[in-house]
Amino acid sequence: MIINHPLLGPRDAQEFTYLGDAGLMNRPYWLSETALQQFHDYLYLRENPAGEHRELWFHEQGDRSWLVVTRNTVTHEILKVELARDVALAQKAANLVQEPSQ
Amino acid sequence: MSAVSTQQVNRLSGGLVDRGQPLSFRFDGQSYQGCSGDTLASALMANGVRLMGRSFKYHRPRGLLSAGSEEPNALVELRTGGRQEPNTRATVAELYDGLDARSQNRWPSLERDMMAINDRFANFLTAGFYYKTFMWPKAFWEKLYEPIIRKAAGLGRLTGDADPDAYDKGFLHCDLLVVGAGPAGLAAALTAGRAGARVILADEDFLLGGRLLSEAQPLADIAGADWAGQVQAELAVMGNVRILPRTTVFGAYDHGIYGAVERNADHVAAPDAGKPRQTLWRIYSKRAIIATGAIERPIAFENNDRPGIMLAGAVRSFANRWAATPASSVVIFANNDDAHQTARDLQAKGVDVPAVVDVRPDAPEIPGIELLAGAQIVETAGRLGLRSVTVRMANGKTRIIPCGALAMSGGWNPNLGLTCHQRGRPVWDGDLHAFVPGQDLPVGQHVAGAAMGAMSTDAALRSGAEQAGEALADLGFTVPAPELPKAEDAPVSLTPFWHVQGAKRAWLDFQNDVTVKDVKLAHQENFTAVEHLKRYTTLGMATDQGKTSNVGALAVMAELTGKSIPQTGTTIFRPPYTPVAMGALAGRAVGKDFHPTRLTPSHAWAEEQGAVFVEVGNWLRAQWFPKPGETHWRQSVDREVQQTRRSVGICDVTTLGKIDVQGADAAAFLNMMYANGFAKLPVGKVRYGLMLREDGVAYDDGTAARLAEDHFVVTTTTANAVLVYRNMEFVRQCLCPDMDVQLISTTEAWAQYAVAGPNARKLLQKIVDPEFDISNDAFPFMACGEITVCGGCRARLFRISFSGELAYEIAVPTRYGDALMREMMAAGEAFDVTPYGTEALGVMRIEKGHAAGNELNGTTTALNLGLGRMVSGKKDCIGNVLSRREGMNTDDALRLVGLKPVTPAQSLPAGGHLMAASGPVDAAHDQGYVTSAAYSPTLGTAIGLGFVKGGAERLGEQLRLVNPLEKQEMLVEIVSAHFVDPEGEKLRA
Amino acid sequence: MHKLKPLTPLGSHTPRVDRIGPFEIAETVETAFASVAARNGQEAAVISAMAQNHGLDLPVAGKAAQAGKLAAFWISPSQWMCAAPHETHELLAQQLKATLGDRASVVEQTDAWCRFDVTGKKLCDLFERLTKADVRAMPPGSACRSTVEHLGVFLWRTAEDQMVVLGPRSSAASLHHALVTAARSIA
Repeated sequence: MIINHPLLGPRDAQEFTYLGDAGLMNRPYWLSETALQQFHDYLYLRENPAGEHRELWFHEQGDRSWLVVTRNTVTHEILKVELARDVALAQKAANLVQEPSQ
Repeated sequence: MSAVSTQQVNRLSGGLVDRGQPLSFRFDGQSYQGCSGDTLASALMANGVRLMGRSFKYHRPRGLLSAGSEEPNALVELRTGGRQEPNTRATVAELYDGLDARSQNRWPSLERDMMAINDRFANFLTAGFYYKTFMWPKAFWEKLYEPIIRKAAGLGRLTGDADPDAYDKGFLHCDLLVVGAGPAGLAAALTAGRAGARVILADEDFLLGGRLLSEAQPLADIAGADWAGQVQAELAVMGNVRILPRTTVFGAYDHGIYGAVERNADHVAAPDAGKPRQTLWRIYSKRAIIATGAIERPIAFENNDRPGIMLAGAVRSFANRWAATPASSVVIFANNDDAHQTARDLQAKGVDVPAVVDVRPDAPEIPGIELLAGAQIVETAGRLGLRSVTVRMANGKTRIIPCGALAMSGGWNPNLGLTCHQRGRPVWDGDLHAFVPGQDLPVGQHVAGAAMGAMSTDAALRSGAEQAGEALADLGFTVPAPELPKAEDAPVSLTPFWHVQGAKRAWLDFQNDVTVKDVKLAHQENFTAVEHLKRYTTLGMATDQGKTSNVGALAVMAELTGKSIPQTGTTIFRPPYTPVAMGALAGRAVGKDFHPTRLTPSHAWAEEQGAVFVEVGNWLRAQWFPKPGETHWRQSVDREVQQTRRSVGICDVTTLGKIDVQGADAAAFLNMMYANGFAKLPVGKVRYGLMLREDGVAYDDGTAARLAEDHFVVTTTTANAVLVYRNMEFVRQCLCPDMDVQLISTTEAWAQYAVAGPNARKLLQKIVDPEFDISNDAFPFMACGEITVCGGCRARLFRISFSGELAYEIAVPTRYGDALMREMMAAGEAFDVTPYGTEALGVMRIEKGHAAGNELNGTTTALNLGLGRMVSGKKDCIGNVLSRREGMNTDDALRLVGLKPVTPAQSLPAGGHLMAASGPVDAAHDQGYVTSAAYSPTLGTAIGLGFVKGGAERLGEQLRLVNPLEKQEMLVEIVSAHFVDPEGEKLRA
Repeated sequence: MHKLKPLTPLGSHTPRVDRIGPFEIAETVETAFASVAARNGQEAAVISAMAQNHGLDLPVAGKAAQAGKLAAFWISPSQWMCAAPHETHELLAQQLKATLGDRASVVEQTDAWCRFDVTGKKLCDLFERLTKADVRAMPPGSACRSTVEHLGVFLWRTAEDQMVVLGPRSSAASLHHALVTAARSIA
């Protein structure tokens, strides 16, 4: 497969290490009252669809960026590639707007 | 046997062979001569050899069927010794001087094959015979039936010798990959090349031109082969076009990646020294054009497999390109117009064509050749080669026609293998009566020429140019259409005809010996689905993947079920298109080059000392350093331990991962990574750190040294260096993107040595420059700092200990590591210093009760390891929340303990399980297990570390250590894991 | 000057040079390396500090830059590898840190790498046997990280006929073997 790296252009997937569901970026707050349950779900109940999936890839043999790759797991079509750090920062910003207290 | 036959009795005039360059070769011990430009097949044919092999199951005599890579019959063993290569298709083996080939699957000789008796028992060896005949008695299968069948079946033999040749791998990038250099491929490459695109043109043949080389009809006013030569000449000087002849594109993979094998030296006796025999290319294409042409299909009739019965297009290829004919008289049997061209071309070359047998009652006449319209061939004769055919005429009468060869044609199938490799399903074309590529092509793939059903030369040329234009327009190129010559443009004229009714033994799949009768049997037993049909009869499952047989068998099954062919189904193709040598897939990664080797900075020095090395991942580490007189590894290891504990020892620990962590939030980041806290670690201090997985299981351990407020250097275990770095980047980028922290690995930048033992400081004081005070007061346990050594060399010093002794780790830039080791050994001479290897390192850490990989085994928690209190409740960290799960915190949870045999002489088996001193030995009564064991020269007894339920409370208790696999049982006592210096006084001395 | 004698990555006191057909493969030890990573939000400040103090414009992804004795190539978002002659810049990391201060994290990388300078006219023919990186699309001034025979490497095209290969120092022998073998394949 070819992953179109947002900074480096098309690169062979062999240069990357696969992690899985990008839901792993949504790590729960450790002091929440239901932390145990939330962490259980976060860790064990990950998405693994036959179809479109947002997943994490690490450019191990490249620029060491973690990427969020939206990929159809049936056809291997890659629909979107983002720098995970950008996604994480955007999420943080969005969460701050929604829950200014946390 | 070795009399030279120089008579090329079946050599015709013309062709693309160079009679000025004769080549000698051998087949089954007999010497022959061919010409440059020949394949083994064409040279054998020119020499009048028709019999070339025996069939897989029935050992039937077989000759050539085709002229190309679809060949099912003429498989030979090529070359000798380590280069011997079984199952090579004679049709694609380029002739070279001295080529040595042998027929296969026969004994004692090709003409007299004892196993041909199988043919007499054909009734027992029909489809599914494996599953039926040899079922009973059951015990006979392994001992009797299978060995006999194994011996009788099979094709060529592997050489037992190692392959002496090298294989390369490489990577190519292009805008457009063109697979196949026939009329369509050449037109595509020309179009794309002129447009300035990066083009790769690959063809399995050694000459470009594809079908153009086989046809006598010109392109406008120029011979097809000459036009191909002109195009090749133009492409060859374009810097943007790469021509790869002798290159088979064997697989289409995701996103425009193609696999190809280039045969660099298969056309010579042996590659030049240092040169590869083959190269495996991974081709990255933005667009690809599949122009792989078409493959002719045979007709099934009684005894249609005799040597001399061939595909009509192949006979035409041999005559026109290779100037060879299978016999002096050739009958044609066909259902289409195309095969008539073979008759005309043979006749033009002076070969006698007694008749064209055409199943179509309205077949067109051929001037000067007798046409038997509406006739069929119902039988053939000739044991080792065709002698005659029996024709049932349109009027029902039979006629025997003597002939040496029969050219048959049931029509042509687009060669669409590469369109299927991404699950693409071909669709039936009712006009062509053949499957053509469907719409679900791999990303970026186009198909041109006969491969897409453009069967005439003219249509192929035009579709090649068109497809190239479309593909490149997608990429933003401006593509002028090239001027192409006007070529033959006859429509496909064919009446579907698959098999002659009433035949008893009519072959569909020549390579796996599958007949029409086998398909009927499969149908009778209800294996009607095409995938079942394949597996039950093995049709299409030989090395040729049924290139000439799949569609014919489908047609027979369709007829039996009363369905149409597309209703019956289609089989799709998988990579590889033709077999790929294992050596090509391995490339240069063979033998000691299977993986890279990592050497430590003291490697050369350790080699000089005669060290014994062990592979740890890719690293080579000194395992122990034998001294003269030491004959057993234990003697060396015991001595290294004793010398270190008595005075001082040095060990290369460079292999530990080192990660530089900097930034305003470096401490907060480490707090997140490690279970224990780092925020309050003072500058100039080191702290042990334990990492958990998010599920709370212990993952890795190491140390973090704080070199500045915003600067740490952390170490990881050797094995986890890559993983820990990856995880750190995950936390940094994905979980804590707003933290100010930057990471980079520095594992290789520093040579690092552990210096351990009571005299470690004294030794280092001779090395460390005097302005640096490393006394216990100035540089206490867990201190770290940047210093200089040996007169000003930059170094880092860490006072940490894995052995339990007074110990340091000292690091210098790697280039100075060798010299530092030598300096330290010289400085330590006065103290009887010893180098120690990984074994002594292991013994000492077990003696000290330090957990290592055996204990951090992916199932144990901080609590199990006795480090439960390290998991800080005051901060978040990876694994914090889930480590608090109830089930992981029970009172009887496993705890790390020390173990000692009650009878001191006994050694402890690591991996053994622990049971109560008496009572049952089973999983339900399991008390724990032994993780690490060693002989402790310090204590003079075997010792071990292990996990025991509620272990911390059970010191002094005796348990049974059991190892049922080796029937071992012994009593052990639970003791503290800290066998040596439990109070840590030595560390702090 | 201290008394520790350096070894080259290939384990000798003198760097090794192989000449194979049109190629020269030279082990090179005379370069000091340091990584420079911008602190959060400091990328622009680091770039301008490097330009002001060292006259070097830090390059974008996939590129390298050179100014006098100092060179740099991009290795990660907001992170570069800087290079300078070892003789004058053994303390490159300290020298850069002195000018960049808290705007950047600077780490000595000199001996983390072995460096081979591969020179020859048919450079791309050689490297297409070694790396999946599209070397023909890497004009002089390009740099990227990829693999060579399972080793993570930096490829830095310094001239039309020269590629600098940085590999893990501990695997220098394996990397050297790969380069030499590939050169023999086509020489």
